[in-house]
Amino acid sequence: MESLYEALANLDGFIYPNEIALNWDLLIVMYPYITGLVAGAFILASLNRVFDIKALKPTYEISLLTALAFMLVATMPLITHLGQPLRFYEMLITPHLTSAMAIFGFVYLWYLMVVLLLEIWFDYRYDMVIWSQQKKGFMKFFYKALTLWISDTSPESRKTDEKFGYFITVIGIPSAFLLHGYVGFIFGSIKANPWWSTVMMPVIFLFSAMVSGIALVMFIYMAINYLRRKKTDIFCLDTIAKYLFYILILDFTLESLDQIHRIYEADESFDILKILVRGKLFFTFFIMQIGIGTLIPITTLGVLQFKKPRERTRKILYLIISIFVLVGIFFMRWNVVIGGQLFSKSFYGFTSYKVNLIGGTDVSLSLLWFIVPFFILAFLIWLLPPWKKFVEKTN
Amino acid sequence: MPLQVKRLLLAFAVFIAIMLVLKYFLTPDSWREYGAYRGKALTEISGKEAKYVEMETCAECHDTIAGLKTQGLHVSVQCEICHGPGYKHADDPDNNDLEIPRERQFCLRCHTKNMASPQDIIKQIDAVEHNEGEECITCHNPHQPWL
Repeated sequence: MESLYEALANLDGFIYPNEIALNWDLLIVMYPYITGLVAGAFILASLNRVFDIKALKPTYEISLLTALAFMLVATMPLITHLGQPLRFYEMLITPHLTSAMAIFGFVYLWYLMVVLLLEIWFDYRYDMVIWSQQKKGFMKFFYKALTLWISDTSPESRKTDEKFGYFITVIGIPSAFLLHGYVGFIFGSIKANPWWSTVMMPVIFLFSAMVSGIALVMFIYMAINYLRRKKTDIFCLDTIAKYLFYILILDFTLESLDQIHRIYEADESFDILKILVRGKLFFTFFIMQIGIGTLIPITTLGVLQFKKPRERTRKILYLIISIFVLVGIFFMRWNVVIGGQLFSKSFYGFTSYKVNLIGGTDVSLSLLWFIVPFFILAFLIWLLPPWKKFVEKTN
Repeated sequence: MPLQVKRLLLAFAVFIAIMLVLKYFLTPDSWREYGAYRGKALTEISGKEAKYVEMETCAECHDTIAGLKTQGLHVSVQCEICHGPGYKHADDPDNNDLEIPRERQFCLRCHTKNMASPQDIIKQIDAVEHNEGEECITCHNPHQPWL
């Protein structure tokens, strides 16, 4: 009872009883955020492979491994939020077609098993064979197991790897689009919620995913080079920044289109949404998402397309922009997930949400699921170092 | 067919076989009994310990108050709305006390002036002007409030 009275003190206006406490907290903000990073990182890798953008070559493997590292924890925010850790596997063994959420098992397995793992496997197969011959003991066995005990290094086998890898990348692009479009669909298809229910939602989620994934790979690429004390390829960074700029513009345009549509249509939910955006979401929407996450990066990247300062200055700017974009997209997810639950479906009142910094589990678990992929990535890069691949020798 | 593709297909076949075996053994027994959920979930939920009782249960002991309430404006307000869940109290009254909210702020949760609330059904007062600092129950009996 005590907590109910405390919660009641945070309400404004009229609200239905089941809207007082938010059902989806910070962990559900992390779910589309992490999934978006996966889709975005993969799409950057595909740009390099399918469209043959050679300048992006240094980031190809890093993008794929980043996508895999984040994909492996993509389900964890959901599982920890549900609080049923002993039943999580039921999601994978009892999929059905009557609920968008129940399709997740199919979507996840398809993307992980058929797209990501296979593409990485074809890309690294030859190198893993060589490493299995060079290493000793457990690592020899481990690499052999990863190659599925195939030791064929003939040019024909490499051609097959190349051909199948390309084919999977081609399948992978629509798959990555579907993966994140699906996450947007979960929100966009909730017709009772006017903040979510728009057919634009899957598209907006997809483009914001691409923006965040590209920014993440840009950040990781610079971080890896800093840790390895290697020089960062500025031409590669410039190219990533160029694509980030283009996709940021598309993302911003689509989101603006959605808002303009909402403002022009001004249906019965418009008044409450106007108060929501100008009030409870002012900081996260106008300052963090649009200001820090979109306008500052677009302006800076736009200026950099025409005027190129010194290399060092550019690198610092790219580092700052990548962090700004990552923060901005996090707040975009926040505004969607939390924002959609802050107003009453009666359109007459608001509830409020505060993250539990102390005592609660949402912040600590969200941080955990954001940090763990970096450790997984460190392991994957140690296991499959992109800079030890044997591409040059054979070409 | 290239060797690595054959081996991959084999690996996938093994994976799918493992998934099918897991599906066979791990799918809950009552899955799809009624629809796309565990049928037994219904009995599990209905088996949970009750927290609330109805007004009639309260009236079995507190008949004077219940009688008073039937004549007042709070007739449709369940006892537990103000006093909290009463199942444990009804089960063992000596060891489980219920809340008796007396503070002004409690009444104002419903009765403070709010344009979004239906004013003809829930009486509203201006909390700043209306006897500021006084407890509401000094003048109003919550079990039979007067205007």
